[in-house]
Amino acid sequence: MQQTRSVEVGTGLFVLLGMSALFFMTTQTTGGEKFSASETFEVAASFENVGSLKPRAPVAMSGVTIGRVTDVRFDPVALEARVTLIIDSQYDQIPDDSDASILTSGLLGSQYIGLQAGGSETYLENGSEIYFTQSAIVLENLIGKFLVNSGSGGDE
Amino acid sequence: MKGLLQDLHSNVFEFVRTFGSFQIFFLRIIRHSPRVLLRRPGLVVKQIYNTGALSLVIIMVCGFFVGGVLGLQGYANLARFNAEDSVGTVVALALIKELGPVITALLFAGRAGTALASEIGLMKATDQLSAMEMMAVNPVRRVLVPRFLGGVIAMPLLVAIFTCTGLFGAHVVSIDLLNVDVGAFWQQMQLSVDIDDVYEGVLKSFVFGVVASLLAVWEGFNAIPTAEGVGRATTRTVVITAISVLILDFMITAVMI
Amino acid sequence: MLRLTMSDNSENLIEIQDLMYSRGTRVIFKDMNLTIKRGEVTALMGPSGTGKTTLLRLITRQLVPQQGRILVDGVDIASLNRRDLYKMRQRFGMLFQNGALLTDINVFENVAFPLREHTQLSNRLIRHVVLTKLHAVGLRGAADMMPAALSGGMARRVALARAMVMDPEILIYDEPFVGLDPISMGVIVRLVKRMNDVLGITSVIVSHDVAEVSTVADRSYLISDGKVAASGSPDELNAATSELVRQFMHGMADGPVAFHFDAPNYAEQLLGRDSE
Repeated sequence: MQQTRSVEVGTGLFVLLGMSALFFMTTQTTGGEKFSASETFEVAASFENVGSLKPRAPVAMSGVTIGRVTDVRFDPVALEARVTLIIDSQYDQIPDDSDASILTSGLLGSQYIGLQAGGSETYLENGSEIYFTQSAIVLENLIGKFLVNSGSGGDE
Repeated sequence: MKGLLQDLHSNVFEFVRTFGSFQIFFLRIIRHSPRVLLRRPGLVVKQIYNTGALSLVIIMVCGFFVGGVLGLQGYANLARFNAEDSVGTVVALALIKELGPVITALLFAGRAGTALASEIGLMKATDQLSAMEMMAVNPVRRVLVPRFLGGVIAMPLLVAIFTCTGLFGAHVVSIDLLNVDVGAFWQQMQLSVDIDDVYEGVLKSFVFGVVASLLAVWEGFNAIPTAEGVGRATTRTVVITAISVLILDFMITAVMI
Repeated sequence: MLRLTMSDNSENLIEIQDLMYSRGTRVIFKDMNLTIKRGEVTALMGPSGTGKTTLLRLITRQLVPQQGRILVDGVDIASLNRRDLYKMRQRFGMLFQNGALLTDINVFENVAFPLREHTQLSNRLIRHVVLTKLHAVGLRGAADMMPAALSGGMARRVALARAMVMDPEILIYDEPFVGLDPISMGVIVRLVKRMNDVLGITSVIVSHDVAEVSTVADRSYLISDGKVAASGSPDELNAATSELVRQFMHGMADGPVAFHFDAPNYAEQLLGRDSE
């Protein structure tokens, strides 16, 4: 009977340890489900080119993450990209003329949406549309532009 | 030539037959599982202890060093691109998605799987299973199912422990030894690792747990009741589990990417 | 304790009728008939390899015969479904050749095993019953030991206690005297006698130890060549004139059961080789 007691204690400890490890893994290593549907409001924007923007990409303002991208789609009628984002409900005073650009974090980094505040007195709310957007910078176009500029500046 | 074809034919046939028999065995175990869990949880608890708690040492030690090595290698190779700060990300993704489940499964097969197979094989060889049948006790329910369930429950927990110990090892190596910034290590990780990655790891650990436990119990139960037979069953457990785990890992990864 | 209904006044507790059993191409039993009377000690003897253990497995239906019937208490065991079969097996207590104790639990738990599996008795009651049975075999003091620590004789006694714990009607002993020293053997013999006399249990002993078995058996069957070669009380068998019976009962090296295993002609084999 002594044997059973230590077995039970041992198993209990083991399971506890395992569960806390699981808990640790899900909370401490991930970006977490910090933005769940209930505490956020949804907003949409259209872009000519989304680059490599993916769902779950962060939405940041002044460098601080305030939401994330939930959906990236192609609109076959308007022939442009349609992005849906959710923003944390506490940020309910973002002017609705703010502009959304697709930026890259660091050199190897993934792309995210950066919001730049506008001056409007009405704010973004659930279902709002962001009208001022700036597409992702495509490297090839940039190089092309540079070459053309430097070419026209020279004696060609 | 004819002989070769005949051999191939009978080998393939045998393989299919064994595989089918294995599936039926799996269903039998599943069928008895709910009743065992409800009526004799004590048996299952004891087996969780045997397969899980007793494997802690090997899992934690190996986890720590695997994490440490990942930290070292990750740092060394990322340094070429000046991306040392991403060490956290690299280590976490590798551990959570791949190395955690796979290495734990292999260690599990080696430690717990062999213990299960040899224990059951020996019970068969010394007539204990026969005695149970004579006493009107179903050996599948009394001996096999608790051990199977014990392994299935223990595996995901062991994987989680391995992964966390690995992260700790990487942390120690990166931050204390290689002077990576603590903030960068964890922050980069948190930005890049998704809950989906964790789900993938947990799913794998569950699947591997089922496969490893089932194979161990199967080999033991079907061992030839001699010293040589039990030894062979033990070796086969490790080999077949290893192969199956790696193949399944590939398949699951392919599907989830 | 657990007396399931016994059919009335049937003298024969177990009846084997026209049994035929073969494994692969080898015929093990053919036209086998024997009866085991209630309350008696019946011995099944015979040369090694005649399948005595197989016969036990047929009686408990761990194996299924190709032909013939086996009746336990008047009921044909072939007609039982799984649950009734398990119930029937609970009326048997079986002592295996090496004890077959479960090695991962101690002596007490081994004896308690059938109780824990088949009854809902409280721990106190279980303890009571287990210690009583252990006392009957003289091993109450060994309750906390592990099977690996027991000698052969002690293990067999524990196995006997375990076989007894559900108060079975029939006790089957598979080679209970093999490999025991004279003292341990005497102990087992005494216990077998006690179980039978005091508790009225029907006992079936499979053994080839003629001397020991003859001291306890009421009736013996000599099985050879897949059927019953002779039967009767130990005295009757001792006085028998059949060559086979005499060879077995008196331990003679050669006779109907040949000394030489089948082999080609000796001279030819030796000389044939030389001339090559």
